[in-house]
Amino acid sequence: MPPIKRNPKAPRQIPPEVAPNVRVQGGAVEVAGGFTTEQAQVESLRCLNCKDAKCVEACPLHIDIKSFIQHIVLGDVASAFDKISERSPFPGICGRVCQHELFCESACLLGKKLDPVAIGSLERFCSDHHRQFNGKAPVVKANPTGPKIAMVGSGPASLMASFVLAQRGYRVTVFEALHRLGGVLIYGVPPFRLPREILDSEIARLEAMGVKFETDVIVGNSVTLEELFHEEGFEAVFLGTGAGLPFMLNIPGENLIGVYTANEFLTRINLMNANETGADTPVNIGKHTVVIGGGNSAMDAARWSKRLGADTTILFRRGRAELRARAEEIEHAEQEGIKFEFLGAPVALFGDENGWLNEMECIRMKLGEPDSSGRPSPVPIEGSNYRIPVDTVIAAVGQAPNPTLQRTTPQLITNRGKIVVDVNRQTNMDKVFAGGDVVRGGSTVILAMSDGLAAADAIDKALKLQQKEVEIVGAEA
Amino acid sequence: MNKIIRKQQLTPETALFEVEAPRIAKRWKPGQFIIVRPNAGSERIPLTLVDGNKERGTITIVVQRIGKTSAVTVATPADGAFHDVVGPLGEPAHITSVGKVTLLAGGVGVAEVLPVAKAFKEAGNYTVVLAGARTDSLRILREELLAVADEVIWATDDGSFGFAGNVVQLLQDVVKASGEKPDLSHVIGPIPMMRAAAKATKDLGIKTYASVNPVMIDGTGMCGGCRVTVRGKVRFACVEGPEFDAHEVDFEELTRRTKAYKKQEVQAYEAHKCALGLQAH
Ligand SMILES: Cc1cc2nc3c(=O)[nH]c(=O)nc-3n(C[C@H](O)[C@H](O)[C@H](O)COP(=O)(O)OP(=O)(O)OC[C@H]3O[C@@H](n4cnc5c(N)ncnc54)[C@H](O)[C@@H]3O)c2cc1C
Ligand SMILES: Cc1cc2nc3c(=O)[nH]c(=O)nc-3n(C[C@H](O)[C@H](O)[C@H](O)COP(=O)(O)OP(=O)(O)OC[C@H]3O[C@@H](n4cnc5c(N)ncnc54)[C@H](O)[C@@H]3O)c2cc1C
Ligand code: SF4
Ligand code: FES
Repeated sequence: MPPIKRNPKAPRQIPPEVAPNVRVQGGAVEVAGGFTTEQAQVESLRCLNCKDAKCVEACPLHIDIKSFIQHIVLGDVASAFDKISERSPFPGICGRVCQHELFCESACLLGKKLDPVAIGSLERFCSDHHRQFNGKAPVVKANPTGPKIAMVGSGPASLMASFVLAQRGYRVTVFEALHRLGGVLIYGVPPFRLPREILDSEIARLEAMGVKFETDVIVGNSVTLEELFHEEGFEAVFLGTGAGLPFMLNIPGENLIGVYTANEFLTRINLMNANETGADTPVNIGKHTVVIGGGNSAMDAARWSKRLGADTTILFRRGRAELRARAEEIEHAEQEGIKFEFLGAPVALFGDENGWLNEMECIRMKLGEPDSSGRPSPVPIEGSNYRIPVDTVIAAVGQAPNPTLQRTTPQLITNRGKIVVDVNRQTNMDKVFAGGDVVRGGSTVILAMSDGLAAADAIDKALKLQQKEVEIVGAEA
Repeated sequence: MNKIIRKQQLTPETALFEVEAPRIAKRWKPGQFIIVRPNAGSERIPLTLVDGNKERGTITIVVQRIGKTSAVTVATPADGAFHDVVGPLGEPAHITSVGKVTLLAGGVGVAEVLPVAKAFKEAGNYTVVLAGARTDSLRILREELLAVADEVIWATDDGSFGFAGNVVQLLQDVVKASGEKPDLSHVIGPIPMMRAAAKATKDLGIKTYASVNPVMIDGTGMCGGCRVTVRGKVRFACVEGPEFDAHEVDFEELTRRTKAYKKQEVQAYEAHKCALGLQAH
């Protein structure tokens, strides 16, 4: 084999993308393409193969990034894929939606002087390569016969916990309130960012490992936590119910027709296919849309609005530097011709005699002292109000934990809706664990997954200890 | 998939279904509802729970055809199944023991009021159901109503049976004739009827609950689409309702919001009927 010739100075490879003017016409067509094999080679040769690989530490799942990249360097993509699979069954999802710039790539040593290694794109390359050459779910050895564990919600937190527990022999059942699996990944994240085949095939990996899925079950309403333990024989429960309660704008006119929360707008399209002609669930989109907010929901809603043909503006009360969405999505939104209006906030909405939105009043802001989020606070400039014509307003101003389960489980301790857990992700209830957005408030896919991982470890520990006790009792008898 | 155990066509537009749903059958309470998708790809439509049988593991719903998805639901054959059924959703009805309770129900609301009337009676109240239909032949669930209420009085819009007029006029008539008001009232039916009932009962000084029906998507409090203004505050009907104090509900806003998709709904229904027509040829 020829000696490996690293080339850290090669430019960071940029994955191909569908041209902006084409993709805004293309609806659900995936925007970002994957690396070609050549690009993946060049990119992986940029990696320094650091002794003390900071990227591994910075990844909340501690995926052995350095090693998987070295497998690509050697041309062995299958082993690279297996390396990732040891820690995560979701390289196709994470490779597309993870905020790499906040985690692994921010720690990459190469990034100190040059651009960091495109770890996200390499991760995605491994997943795409596997799908292309190996077809569907890889064979994962698991023969779950152990204690039954229930997952509530099918978002990334529960999916990750299911993977780990199934791998360790537990019998896992996931209960999902909606009719499709994936949590925000299915109802919030648009298919032009995460194609449904990818999501479904990575969930199918879990199914192949023996994880059971029950859709249309709302824990709390359809079955209580108590019943899961006492009647259905589950020995531990993980709550990954997410942050599905949208904040409202709390301004006059927010119930006019044409005013959506990002959740409703995105659910109608992503989950119910309202973008397709002939779909049973409709969505109203006018000529001028204003999306309020600066996070991932705001970008996703704005990009769908643009794809549905509306002239679209994102109104954000702080500046560009304070946007919270993935860097790539902000760039993509800009390329697609979405306008950004910074330092502005809505004050009131107005409608016609039939209740249809037609105008909004905004106020200019300036940046003040940092607030509790560590970002400069937005301060309204008195007397700077202005009005603009608008027929669709989408509020993407954040969300709080989904309250359905908490409502029916009053003994569960919460803090402003968030479920309170200890370092082991254990709640105040025996054998009940929680993680992801329901604990953190709106967060990220990878942190939800890392919570799932930590909780799975804790569940494993808790139940193994219990089994030991049983053994001791048996020995004495 | 939830298997249909029994189907009964109540009127040409309205059908009753008993459906397998053991988890829901076990936990449901009067006033709660479910969300159904009759087929893969269907819209999610909310339907009130009319009954539930723990032992059989079944629930009962009554659906009226008004647009495409309800038409598809009504047309589901007796040996068929619904693709998705989720619930029970919403808060149960406020059942208290107050003395005399009058329940106003119109159209398919007659089915929806059944479990609530029964619960009020079981709580020790004297229950009177004022039930309305457009015409005599469209009166549904007559026996069932008689079985759960102390008194049932019918009104038909065309006067072909019972009181000639709507149930709100009937209530006014009954109060006037007897000189006596109920201690509590409950109303469920089309929005214009609930709105009129709210006004009438407010004038008469009767505390009234209304079970409102805004457009819903998820039914779990996630989308905010079902918001209604109650006493000046935004409430999510799917989790905080569907029942609210009728005198506090902004019915004007509710009326407007339920018309938001009128254009698309009409188009979808017309296309659906066309498709059915073509198949018949
Ligand atoms: C539009 C949008 C775009 C985003 N984009 C990104 C991104 O690009 N990158 C990123 O890192 N993060 C992104 N995020 C954030 C990320 O999606 C979340 O942090 C993550 O999904 C949280 O995962 P989770 O497992 O905690 O819960 P969720 O993904 O919220 O899933 C919770 C699930 O639980 C179900 N559920 C709730 N209550 C019950 C119950 N009682 N019984 C049964 N089921 C129940 C819900 O229906 C839901 O399916 C985005 C968020 C939104 C809203
Ligand atoms: C809590 C609740 C309980 C209900 N119980 C019953 C019942 O027991 N029996 C029954 O026949 N009907 C019931 N309805 C009404 C039923 O959900 C609607 O008739 C149905 O959704 C209409 O859908 P469609 O596609 O057939 O009609 P469309 O043509 O789409 O709509 C016709 C009208 O139905 C309403 N509507 C449409 N979509 C929805 C939706 N997703 N959610 C709510 N309303 C909608 C709107 O007012 C609309 O103008 C209930 C509604 C609610 C909110
Ligand atoms: S920190 Fe960067 S350069 Fe070092 S091993 Fe990780 S990806 Fe390679
Ligand atoms: S139907 Fe979505 S919040 Fe009520």
